This record gives sequence, C-alpha cells and structure tokens, in this order.
Amino acid sequence: MAFLEIKNLKAEYVTDEGVVHALNQVDLELVQGETLGLVGETGAGKTTLAKCIMGLLPQKTGKIRSGEIYYDGEDLLKKNPKEMQKIRGAHIAMIFQDPMTSLNPVLTVGEQIAEAVENHERCSKMKAMERAQEMLELVGIPAARSGEYPHQFSGGMKQRVVIAMALACNPRLLIADEPTTALDVTIQAQVLEMMRELKSKFQTSLLLITHDLGVVAQNCDRVAVIYAGEIVESGTVMDVFKRMQHPYTQGLFSSIPKIHEEVKRLVPIPGLMPDPTSLPEGCKFCTRCPHADGRCRTEEPLLYEISPGHQVRCFRCGKGRCEA
Amino acid sequence: MSEKQVGNIIAKGTESRGLWGEAWHRFKKNKTAIAGLIIVILLVVIAIATWVIDAVTQGSVYNAYVIEQNLSQRLDGPSLQHIFGCDEYGRDILFRLLWGTRYSLFIGLISILIALVGGGFLGAVAGFYGGKLDNVIMRVMDVFLSIPSMVMAIAIVSALGSSIFNLLLSIAIPQIPRLARIVRASVMSVRDREFIEATRAVGASDSLIIWKYILPNAMAPIIVQASLSVGSAILSIAGLSFLGIGVQPPAPEWGSILNSARTYMRDAWHISVIPGLMIMITVLSLNLAGDGLRDALDPKLKN
Repeated sequence: MAFLEIKNLKAEYVTDEGVVHALNQVDLELVQGETLGLVGETGAGKTTLAKCIMGLLPQKTGKIRSGEIYYDGEDLLKKNPKEMQKIRGAHIAMIFQDPMTSLNPVLTVGEQIAEAVENHERCSKMKAMERAQEMLELVGIPAARSGEYPHQFSGGMKQRVVIAMALACNPRLLIADEPTTALDVTIQAQVLEMMRELKSKFQTSLLLITHDLGVVAQNCDRVAVIYAGEIVESGTVMDVFKRMQHPYTQGLFSSIPKIHEEVKRLVPIPGLMPDPTSLPEGCKFCTRCPHADGRCRTEEPLLYEISPGHQVRCFRCGKGRCEA
Repeated sequence: MSEKQVGNIIAKGTESRGLWGEAWHRFKKNKTAIAGLIIVILLVVIAIATWVIDAVTQGSVYNAYVIEQNLSQRLDGPSLQHIFGCDEYGRDILFRLLWGTRYSLFIGLISILIALVGGGFLGAVAGFYGGKLDNVIMRVMDVFLSIPSMVMAIAIVSALGSSIFNLLLSIAIPQIPRLARIVRASVMSVRDREFIEATRAVGASDSLIIWKYILPNAMAPIIVQASLSVGSAILSIAGLSFLGIGVQPPAPEWGSILNSARTYMRDAWHISVIPGLMIMITVLSLNLAGDGLRDALDPKLKN
C-alpha cells in the first residue's frame, strides 16, 4: 500500500519574466519503509517536488496548478497552513542540501533539536533537551557537545545535526534533498550509512533526491528519473540501472565515466534542458533525443508500463509503440 | 584522538550558558567595551543619585548649588574649591554638570527607545511581509529621511511648544526612519536564509520563527545602530538646547551650558571645554559599549 501518492502534480513559479513550469505531470508512489531515489539534472524540478510535499513553496511565486498529494489517504494540498504545520516535522521531515546554512547560527545545536521536539510534543524543556541529546548520540555526536553552536562543527557533523533534527519526532517520511552534495566522499559514505541504519531502526520511508547515480544504486529500492518537471522513467533500481528504456536515462548513464572501460571522451547528452518558461510541444526531451520523430514533436507521451512497476514515458516503449 | 574525546575537551570550555550568558562572557574580554560600559553605568548612577538627593532634600541642594547665583565667584577658573571652576553667574560647574547628566542620558535613552519601538515595528513588518505594505511604509520613511533631522526637531518643538515630552518626540521622530531601514534590511537578509526554511520543515510556527530565529539573527546591526543613535540623540538635545529651544535655563543641561559659555570663550575656557568634554565622553562610551555588545552577540566571532 502506497502511503504517499502523488498524482498529476503540476506546479509553476509565476515571475516577472514569465511562468516557470517547474513540475508538469508528476506521478509518484512511495511504500512504507521504502527508499525512493529521485534523480535528475539541476533545474529538473527535484527540489520543487520536495517543497510541494512539504507545503513550503514560496508563497508569492509558487503555485500548484493541479494534482493531489495523498499522505495516508489524505490530500495534503487541501490542508490549511495550521494542519500542514502539524504534519511538518512530526510526519514528514526534510533535510536540506547545505548543512552550512540550514542551522540557526545563534542557537546551540541542542536547543535547535529540542525546539523541533517542542514543536510537536507537549513536554518540558528538560525532557526535550534530553531527547535532543539522545538524538545527537544516535547520529554519532557526543551529547556533551549539545551546548555548542553550529559554527563549532565541521560540515559532516552539521549534516548529522540536521539529520538528528529531522528525525527528532520520528517522522514517517524523510525527504532528503541532496543530503550529501556539500560533503566530501568519505563523509558522504558515513552520512549515507548512518541514514540507512536510522531508516531501518525507525521504519522511516525515504525520498532521496540526488544527481549522484552511485548514491542511488547503493541506497535506493526504487528510482524515478525526472526531466523538465516530468517523471520520464521509474522502476526498481535493477530496472532503471540495467534495463533502462528512456533515451534520457540511457544518456545519463553513458555520461558516467567507467573505470574498467578505456574511453577517450565521455558521451554527454547534447544540448541543454529546455527553458522551463517555454517548454517544447510534445515530448519534453524531443529537442535532445537521438530517436525523436514527427510524433514526438507534436504529441505528449504518457507513462507506459513495460513490465510490472517499470514505467517509461516514451513512444518507443511498451504500449506507446502500438498506439501509433 | 577520537571524535568523542575531542568533543568532551571542547565541551569543558563552553558549558551551556544561554545566549545572554555567552554574550556577557565574550563582552567581558573586550577591554574598551568594558571601559565604555563602566562610564555609562557611572553616568546612570550619577543621574539617579542626583535624583535621589533632590527627592530627599526636597530640592534644597539643587537650589543652593546648581541654581543659586554667586556673582563674587563669576567666571572663576578651576581651583581646589571648585574643581571645574564657576560659570558666568558664579555657579559651580561640577555641580551643574552632575545635575545635567539626567537630561542628556534619559532624554537620549528614552527617545531612542521610542524610536526603536516605532522604527523596529515598522521595519520588521515591512521586512517580513514585503510587497505593497513594505513599499508604502518605506516610501513614507523616505519622505522623513529627506528632511534634515535637526530641522525636523526644531520644527516639531516650535510647533508643539518646548516641553520635555515634545523634546523627546522631536528627537525620536527623526530617528524612526533610520532604525526602520536598518531593521527592515536585517530582517530581510535573515528571512530568506535556509535555516528559516529548515525550521519550517520541522514544523515551527511563524511567531517562533520571528522571535527565536529572525530577531536574534537580525539584532546585531540594530543594537549598534541604536547605541550610536543614543549618542546622536544626546548631541541633538545639546544642539537644541544650544539653540535655545531645548531644555530651558536655568536647568543645567550640557548643551545650554555650552550655549551660555559661548560668549565667554576667550575669558573663561573652562565653561565651554568641560561640558563639551562631558558630551564627548558620554557619546564615545555609549558607542564603545554598543560596539562591544554587537561583537558579543555574534557567536561566530566567539573565539
């Protein structure tokens, strides 16, 4: 049973320069206890999707045009701000990309984690602080350091603090927006390892947003590839990594250097992501796709299921082929 | 050394003291700031002491030493009896300066407090909500800023008449747009920082975000501006009194002492130099203390 289900989500940013179509037709499902990797280029709409789920789109510019986000059978988009505030932190928590800037510089790390606890649980300051120290120990920081300020910690330690803060109220869903991008590789491995442990300990589901395919392969059960605000391919890690069908996914994988193959040049995907203020008609990838034909430029492909759980948004796959 | 050991060693040096405890700990290390603070406290003590003396003696000391004229000592220079000498009516300058402290200090502090409440509120609203509200508030502030503060103060006092309350208003109002600008700018710079969003993501309410996350982070420039403003407010009072529309003689306000001393500058330097020095020392020590406070409140400058 999917406990998070996103249907037909469309979101845009209304700016002076025009309407930025950040998300077009996003459908996604997440099962309890599962890790879903969300992969895509910069500007593909990964963070926007995370913010839509959290209800944290910028109020002035961000608009959700259509769609539903079901959490436990309830549509989050229909909730009022007060109700969303109760859900954030207690049910769904988020880890941000840059640990350097996501902690308040004038509060000690202990106070900050305790604050997250106090937001949702009626308990004394002492209790909350105890819980904060427990959480710190859990992420591998000695409780004695709870009285220190964020600037006294290194980047990796800060990210641990951020994770401790997000997990302080035992959320059922954790959204990690590129949690390791700002960290170096050894710390990245430590942090990911720790997240995996904590996830299995608390039975938390994880939506892992990243552009690092290695991280996905190591940590995720399922993967969704997002391009120009659309899910272009989703399936299990094996489906997407071994039997990828969408030309964009294939392009992504051929741009990764492989250690055991001697190649002079990598094969990048030619061209750039289309400008989100004026997306092409038809398939969003048609401008860069080596296989694009007339139909791709006029008609929008749907998500076609090519094997159970493996969906691809391309006319060349599954049912898309016969419909022509 | 393992991470845990390092943690324990660091933790020993910095026991949890809270924001203000931590700030005081850092403030103490700043010698110039401490010097400034001591002078400010001394001035406050003097102001309160003269008040108490007046209350206890029902103004007899005030009348005998500060107000009563003794023309035989007219323009006497500094001596053992009168350390700072006497003014053009033979009144002891030391006494007049001590009794004058309250005007400068309290009008300065209270007028900035009024300005801080007004400007702080307007600036915070403009900065936090932005948009049209911000535009309207800030354009009105711009209009106020375009009038020189002294001219506006003179206009207010001469329109409303010279009482202590009007004096407070006339000094507070020109300061409001300045403080509003600073508050707005620093609230805006903090509002869009990532940690605010991160706090929202764990379910914090708007009021908690404003009080615990935005204001403490926006406070440093506000405190500095406010403490500098107290200095300039004291100068304004002195200036208004010098022009004869501030505190009225024979009340011993420092600026009005300077004003009356102007005529005797050639014959009796002490009447103008000493009150001038008093004003300077007061403003300087306020600025030093304010600067130290700014540094102390910023945990990033800690070590």
